[in-house]
Amino acid sequence: MAAITDSRRFAFLRRPGAKTKVAGNEEPRLPLGRQLLLQILCIFIGITVLFPIVWIFSMSIDPRNFARPDALNLIPPGATLDAYMKVLNRPTSNAISFLGLAKNSLFIAISSSAIAVGIGVTAAYAFARLRFPGRGALMIAVLGVLMLPSVATLVPLFVFLNQFKIEFGDLSFNLRASLIGVSLAVISSQLPFAIWNLKGYLDTIPKDLEEAAVVDGASRNQVFLKIILPLAIPAVAVTGFLGFLGGWTEYLTTYYFIGANPQNWTLSIALNSMVGDFARTTTWSEFAAFAILFALPVSLVFFFFQRYLVGGLAVGGVKG
Amino acid sequence: MATTAMAPAIQRPKGTRIRRATQPYLYLLPAFIVMGVITFYPLIFQVWMSFTDFGPKNFRVNDPIAPTFVGLDNYFRIATSQLQIPNFEFLRLVFFNLWWAFSNVVLHVIIGVLVAVLLNTKGLMFRGFYRALFILPVVIPSLIVATVWRNMFDTDAGAVNFLIQGVGGLFGLPADTAAFHLNWLRQTNDPIPFIPLPLAYFAMLIANTWLGWPLNAVVATGALQSIPGELYEAAEMDGASGRQKFRHITITYLRPAMVPYAIYGFVITFNLFFLPYFMTAGEPFGRTEILVTQAYRLAVDRQLLGVAAAFAVYLFFLLLAVTLVTNRLAKATKSYAE
Repeated sequence: MAAITDSRRFAFLRRPGAKTKVAGNEEPRLPLGRQLLLQILCIFIGITVLFPIVWIFSMSIDPRNFARPDALNLIPPGATLDAYMKVLNRPTSNAISFLGLAKNSLFIAISSSAIAVGIGVTAAYAFARLRFPGRGALMIAVLGVLMLPSVATLVPLFVFLNQFKIEFGDLSFNLRASLIGVSLAVISSQLPFAIWNLKGYLDTIPKDLEEAAVVDGASRNQVFLKIILPLAIPAVAVTGFLGFLGGWTEYLTTYYFIGANPQNWTLSIALNSMVGDFARTTTWSEFAAFAILFALPVSLVFFFFQRYLVGGLAVGGVKG
Repeated sequence: MATTAMAPAIQRPKGTRIRRATQPYLYLLPAFIVMGVITFYPLIFQVWMSFTDFGPKNFRVNDPIAPTFVGLDNYFRIATSQLQIPNFEFLRLVFFNLWWAFSNVVLHVIIGVLVAVLLNTKGLMFRGFYRALFILPVVIPSLIVATVWRNMFDTDAGAVNFLIQGVGGLFGLPADTAAFHLNWLRQTNDPIPFIPLPLAYFAMLIANTWLGWPLNAVVATGALQSIPGELYEAAEMDGASGRQKFRHITITYLRPAMVPYAIYGFVITFNLFFLPYFMTAGEPFGRTEILVTQAYRLAVDRQLLGVAAAFAVYLFFLLLAVTLVTNRLAKATKSYAE
């Protein structure tokens, strides 16, 4: 069932390589000259797409460990993982390893996306299925916030969260200057997206099932828990991953709230400290290796599940 | 199951009326409590902040002092570009931001549609491979894309200048030709004399086009595949040329899918923080700054929190205007398309 509703929602996105439905008909063959011309065009586009990726990859494995490259060097004379070892061990001049940075990024990504999706799904259900006074106004409130970039709430959140001093056993910290504070700010920007994206999905689930369950005596809560939630698992996963992606690369809030404490740094802050005018001590090979390690896990997931994820990107925006 | 599904009237379970009336709100409660505390309250607080000279002195740990009420002063100083920071011109910023979003979306949609049409050519070999290849820019986080392009556009070590050098070398030009050492991100002279846009804008445009067209191609491909093939066959029988078929069939079917997506892309690009912040850092002279990066700088670099709050309120109303206008445009084109 999940697969059916799924393909219905994302029908406009076919997996690359999926055959168009010309059942029975054989595809007409292109004249050779035209085929050749179009192939050259496609290869040219492919080169423009691949150029930055190949450049950054070959720089990361180049054994010459460039402080700054002196030529294009798309094909390195050999290959080494030295730059990767260096950035895994200590990417910046601060005493924190790649895993330490990744742990902080993971904390923000997991906590914010899990909470946003967890409380977003019940709200999405109410908006998608229930009719009640004030529904329109509340939906506009969610949409209005969805429209705002996270910069628009950054300053008041800083001042607001800065008021809380947390005392917990031996721990004593300012909520704003902690990863928890950053996660709260990230939830603030992810929750409207989670509600809207999930609502869009729940709208597409046919109502027959629920109605049948209601006839059989199921309550609202049972319908939600036993029927809607299992059907919505793919959408929850998609929304959760897009939220995870946002948290994994979150920069503005993190840098503003906790940039002063390198032990709390995330991968995104470290990456920024490795480019441009700040990057006196980082070689470009190390920057390249770091960028790849940073991007690869999420990019691989995105690539293999793009069929579902691209739909979430296109649906989650401002519409209406 | 089959018999109950056919029952004409659906009986609802018996529950008290109050319970049924409050249930929707219970489902909304967790989300709205959280949003109330960390979204709506800060937004209202921000409006109050915008009328004060709020700064770091007002929230230090020991003896914080209350901020001074300054009325509409922050709003006035922003609108008339009288902030005590260099290179701040509000109207230039707004117009640059609108043009930045518009020029990007036009490029992305055109390239996206053309590539989608190209890949939809019947009989083209390796189509699946190309579709998988062309999606790569979408799957890489844009923060990382921005930092990588920042280094690609470096004057002495960047891949773009080396590439131009290599192409120039094919024509026998020496490697030290001035045009092969472009200061992409900082050059102060405008590259095209009568167009007041810095070279850094074009660098950002190139990077963001690399990033943006593939998603448009995906959306356009979906729309193309929904066009019934018989339409083209009928048009061929009526003697339509290739260009006529493209204009009257392809474009007509693409429009309903592409217009909402273009509007979405416009808003996304309008607020795209990463490219101006990481690639150009607003250089040269703040001319590639957009509203969100300027707002960020006001708060984080300059610590002008009251001004930044007023700036965010401006940003809110500008986005509201953008949304209303684009929605009107969407509706206008929709009725036209149908």
